[in-house]
Amino acid sequence: MDIYLPIANLSVNALVIVLLGGGVGLLSGMFGVGGGFLTTPLLIVYGIPPTVAAASAASQVTGASVSGVFAHIRRGGVDTKMGGVLVAGGLLGSIFGGWLFRLLQASGQIDTVIAIVYVLMLGSIGSLMAHESWTAIRATRSGAPPRPRKRRHHPLVAALPLRTRFYRSGLYISPLAPLLLGFFVGILTILLGIGGGFILVPAMLYLLGMTTQVVVGTSLFQTLFVTAMATMVHATTTKAVDIVLAALLLLGSVAGAQIGARFAARVKPEYLRLALAVIVLLVAFRIGLGLGWRPDEIYSVELS
Amino acid sequence: MKRLLALLLVPLLMGQSKPVLVPDVSQRDIEIAYSFTGAELLLFGAILYPGGRLPDDDKPTDIVVVVKGPVQSILLREKQKVAGIWVNASRLRYRSAPSFYAIASSRPISQLVNDRTRAIYELGLDSLQLSPASSAPTEEQERFARGLVELKRRSGLYFEAPGAVEITDGVLYRARVTIPARVPVGRFTAETFLIRDGRVLAAATRDIDIRKSGFERFVARSAERWSFVYGLSAVALSVLFGWGAGQIARRF
Repeated sequence: MDIYLPIANLSVNALVIVLLGGGVGLLSGMFGVGGGFLTTPLLIVYGIPPTVAAASAASQVTGASVSGVFAHIRRGGVDTKMGGVLVAGGLLGSIFGGWLFRLLQASGQIDTVIAIVYVLMLGSIGSLMAHESWTAIRATRSGAPPRPRKRRHHPLVAALPLRTRFYRSGLYISPLAPLLLGFFVGILTILLGIGGGFILVPAMLYLLGMTTQVVVGTSLFQTLFVTAMATMVHATTTKAVDIVLAALLLLGSVAGAQIGARFAARVKPEYLRLALAVIVLLVAFRIGLGLGWRPDEIYSVELS
Repeated sequence: MKRLLALLLVPLLMGQSKPVLVPDVSQRDIEIAYSFTGAELLLFGAILYPGGRLPDDDKPTDIVVVVKGPVQSILLREKQKVAGIWVNASRLRYRSAPSFYAIASSRPISQLVNDRTRAIYELGLDSLQLSPASSAPTEEQERFARGLVELKRRSGLYFEAPGAVEITDGVLYRARVTIPARVPVGRFTAETFLIRDGRVLAAATRDIDIRKSGFERFVARSAERWSFVYGLSAVALSVLFGWGAGQIARRF
C-alpha cells in the first residue's frame, strides 16, 4: 500500500514503514531504549531525506517513552527533581543543537558529522556494554557472586559548586552536573533524532552515581520531554517533521514496544544487554563502512 | 510602419508557409493525493500542414516533446575522499536548474538536429542550460553538470525517451511521459517541436499544473505556515499513540 508523504515529497510503502517501526519498537520494548539510533539510519537507507528522517524519528521516540514513563511514575521510579534539571539542560541543548544543525547544514557537512558521531558514540557505548554484560554472564556461570559495585560519583561531579539534595536518587551534588549532561544529550537528540537513553543511563549510573531504581524511569522522563522539544525545534526551524511518516512509525513502534516489554520479562537482563550491545556495534560498524566506501551518489542536491 | 506591420502579418493571415502544431495533454492538472505514486501523461496532437497537403519529398518529419518542471535554485555538492572518508568537498550553485526534464522524440535527438540547434532549444540532457552562479573553470562546470544530470537521471527526474513519440499517417502524434512521485509541485510545461531536415519548423507549449490536494495540501501548508501548532500536533499525536498503546496493553 503506497502512501504519499507530504513533507518528504515522495511515496513510500506504508506497510514497510509500519513494520520498520514495529521492529524498532520491539527492540525498544525489550531493551528499554527509545530506538531512535536505529530508526534514523534505517529511514535514510529506505530513501527518506536525512533531515526528514532525523526530524520525524524524534516523535517516534516520544511515543515509545510515554507508556514507560507512566509505568515508572506509578512505581515511584522517577526522580522528578533530577528529571526536571535534566530536562532543563536538554531544552537548552536542543535549542543549541538546532542552531548547530543549521550551521552544519549550511556548510554541507551535516551528513558526515551525523555519521561520525554515530560511529564514535555507538562504538564506544556498544563495546562498554558488551564488556560489562559479558563479565556479568561469566560471573553468573562460574557461580561466583558478583562483586557489589561501590556507588559513588565521579570526582569532577563532586568538585562542582552549589550542591543540593536529590532525595530519590540518593545524591547530594551540584545541579550543574545533570544540567550539563542534559544539555549534551539534548544536542544529540536534535542532531541524530535519538532519545539518548543509552548514553543517559550509563552516565547517570557511573558519572552521577544515582540509585539504580530511579535511573531508567528518570532517563525516560528526560527522553519524553527532550524528544518532544526536538520535534518542536525541527517543526519551527527545519520544517522537516513529516506527520504522516511519524504516524506510520508510531503505529508500528508502540505495538512493538508492548510485545517487546513482555518478552523482556522472560529473559535474563545480562543476555538482553549483550544482545543490545551486538546490535549497537553492528549499526556502528555499518555506518563506519559507509564513511569509507565510495558512496552510490557522489553528488547531492540541496534547494537554495 | 503600417506597411511593415502588414508585411509581417501576411504569412500569419495566409497561414500557408509553415506547418502548425496543435498539441494537447491528457491532464492539465495533476493532483497529488495520499496514494499518489506518480502519473502518466499522454501528450498528443496534430500537425496541420498548409493547405492540408503533406510535404511530397521523402524527408522524414519528426516530433520532439519536452516536459519541464519548475526551475529551482539549487546547490550541488560533490563528495571527495578526504583522509579516508567521503565528505562533501566542493560545491556549485545553479540559479535555474529544471526540477524535472523529460524528452521524448520519434527518433534519437542526435539524429534530428545539430548541436547548435539542440543548445538553442535545450533538446537533450547534455544540452540543458543550467546557468551556474559561480565562475568555476569550464572543466569543473562540465563535471558538475554531468554529475547533476546523472543524479537526476537515476532518480527518474531527468530522462530521454528516444522513439517514444508515435506519428500516425504523418499528421497525428502521441507520446507517453511518466511523472514520478518525487516531482516538486508547480507549473510544468510541455513543449512540442516539429523538426524536418534539421530545422525546427514549429513549436507549441501547453502548461500542466501539479499540486498537492486535500489532506496532503493541508499538511504541507500547515507545516509551512503554522509550524508551531503543527509541531504541537506531532507531539500530541505521539503522546496519544504511546499512552493509548499502554492502556490497551494493560487490559490483556
